[in-house]
Amino acid sequence: MKITKEEVLKVAGLARLHMDEGAIDKFAGQIGNILEYVDTLEQVDAKDVQPATHAIPLSNAFREDLPGEHMDRDNALSNAPEKEDGSFVVPKIIG
Amino acid sequence: MKLHELTIHEARKLLDKKEITSKELTQGIFDRINDVEEKVGAFITVSQELAMEQAEKADKEIVAGNVTALTGIPLGIKDLICTKGIRTTCASKILEAFVPQYDATVMKKLNAAGAITAGKLNMDEFAMGSSNENSSFKPVHNPWNLDYIPGGSSGGSAASVAADMCPASLGSDTGGSIRQPASHCGVVGIKPTYGRVSRYGLVAFASSLDQIGPLTKDVTDSAIMMNAISGHDAKDSTSVPRDVPDYTKALENAGLKGIKIGIPKEYKSKEGLDPAVSETVGNAVKTIENLGAETVEISLPHTDYAVAAYYVIAPAEASSNLARFDGVKYGFRDKTQSDLLKMYKNTRSKGFGPEVQRRIILGTYALSAGYYDAYYRKASQVRSLIMSDFRNAFESCDVILSPVAPTPAFKIGEKSDDPLTMYLSDIFTLSANLAGIPGMSLPCGFSPDGLPIGLQIMGNHFDEGTMLKVAYNFEQATDFHMKRATL
Repeated sequence: MKITKEEVLKVAGLARLHMDEGAIDKFAGQIGNILEYVDTLEQVDAKDVQPATHAIPLSNAFREDLPGEHMDRDNALSNAPEKEDGSFVVPKIIG
Repeated sequence: MKLHELTIHEARKLLDKKEITSKELTQGIFDRINDVEEKVGAFITVSQELAMEQAEKADKEIVAGNVTALTGIPLGIKDLICTKGIRTTCASKILEAFVPQYDATVMKKLNAAGAITAGKLNMDEFAMGSSNENSSFKPVHNPWNLDYIPGGSSGGSAASVAADMCPASLGSDTGGSIRQPASHCGVVGIKPTYGRVSRYGLVAFASSLDQIGPLTKDVTDSAIMMNAISGHDAKDSTSVPRDVPDYTKALENAGLKGIKIGIPKEYKSKEGLDPAVSETVGNAVKTIENLGAETVEISLPHTDYAVAAYYVIAPAEASSNLARFDGVKYGFRDKTQSDLLKMYKNTRSKGFGPEVQRRIILGTYALSAGYYDAYYRKASQVRSLIMSDFRNAFESCDVILSPVAPTPAFKIGEKSDDPLTMYLSDIFTLSANLAGIPGMSLPCGFSPDGLPIGLQIMGNHFDEGTMLKVAYNFEQATDFHMKRATL
């Protein structure tokens, strides 16, 4: 197999996804097939080719550093699943 | 005359002559939505109350003579474009209750032009899919035959226009997501040049490939929509500071003498190309030749590697973009966990559907230590080669013609268990995203089963004008755009 179940589990961890046994099996098979297909890229000789990062060549877009519109705090928090005293609430991080 | 059947330019005339009001037109759209939406499933949110307020305001502007091409025209918006105060879900459970605090730049432009938002349109979750079966809420049905997929990911955007539930809509296209559903539903769909339309407020899938574009009933309306949404935006650093021409000027029915049409030789014998599609597109090319255009054979030598490169680059960018959905700032949070890491993992696994999770894993894998060079770097190098293929091709032609999709629409459920087969059907569309060039789908015929088939026209960077000129001349010489699905 192109990608093992252990690798799927490791990558899922990096991507912050919880996977049960059934999902790992299914994904390992499907992603394995896709990666096998992607391996056709090996046939292309691109040794000296500069990798493309964007479709249109653009240099950095700078602007003046001036105060502009901003979203007020209450509005910014309006979609938060949990908030308190003008802050986002997350589960305890430091034990 | 049925109000919901009108194009934008037809409605404009009647509105300006005061023969109809925007309130009547907008009410007509909601009556139609009431009649057929249950069968089609194109809408996630219908924003009738707000729309009727906008219509009332538009009617006042019309009386006062403050009129743009879109004043008082109701539009449907793909549900991954942020609309201030109107729920924007990306057809995902993770954003089921998300109400944006701001408008996307395209919405600011449409609102300023007096257009009306009829509602938010169904799609594949986070724009990942080619059939609309990946919506977390409900599939969209093809108005031409309800057993068939409408295409995707902008399936709701295409089906709503084909079913006369709005005269035009906005979609987004990362690998064909406007053009392929437009082809399957028999409407006109444009993916503009990368950087032509601001992506600010478009929920990102693959930032180097995504573009917003219009889906309309004819080419004239697509030029009107392009005028309204194009232009540089300081809030999108990849939008290009370049003047926007008046695209309606390209709509001259004066024949195509002097236009060179490129036909890629690699596309001709593509495996899996349906004979009905091949024949219909072949006939369309003949029609365009008869209008005076000259065809030349061109070569896009790296065509066979485009799908592979795309399915590394797009998931890699997606895995990074979708990291923001962590249950903290907005969207769904799994509240069963008291540990932060478990909260992240459960939130994302319960919030994202299977295709989105598959692509996040694929993309994370392609970017992970030890694999980056073999996958992401190599795919980006192949992307450079694909870009130079097009650069070379446009030295000998003005536009490129091809099919949009290798087959007409397929039945709902027919392919949904096989992600790779689905990915391979993007072969004719995703190169334009990799190269950043504009492309459009134009109705050009029907399969023996009566399903629409689209012709793809691709143009050079920022040359939407020539693309529209060819499309308009073809449309005026044919009547495919007049055909309507019966529901």
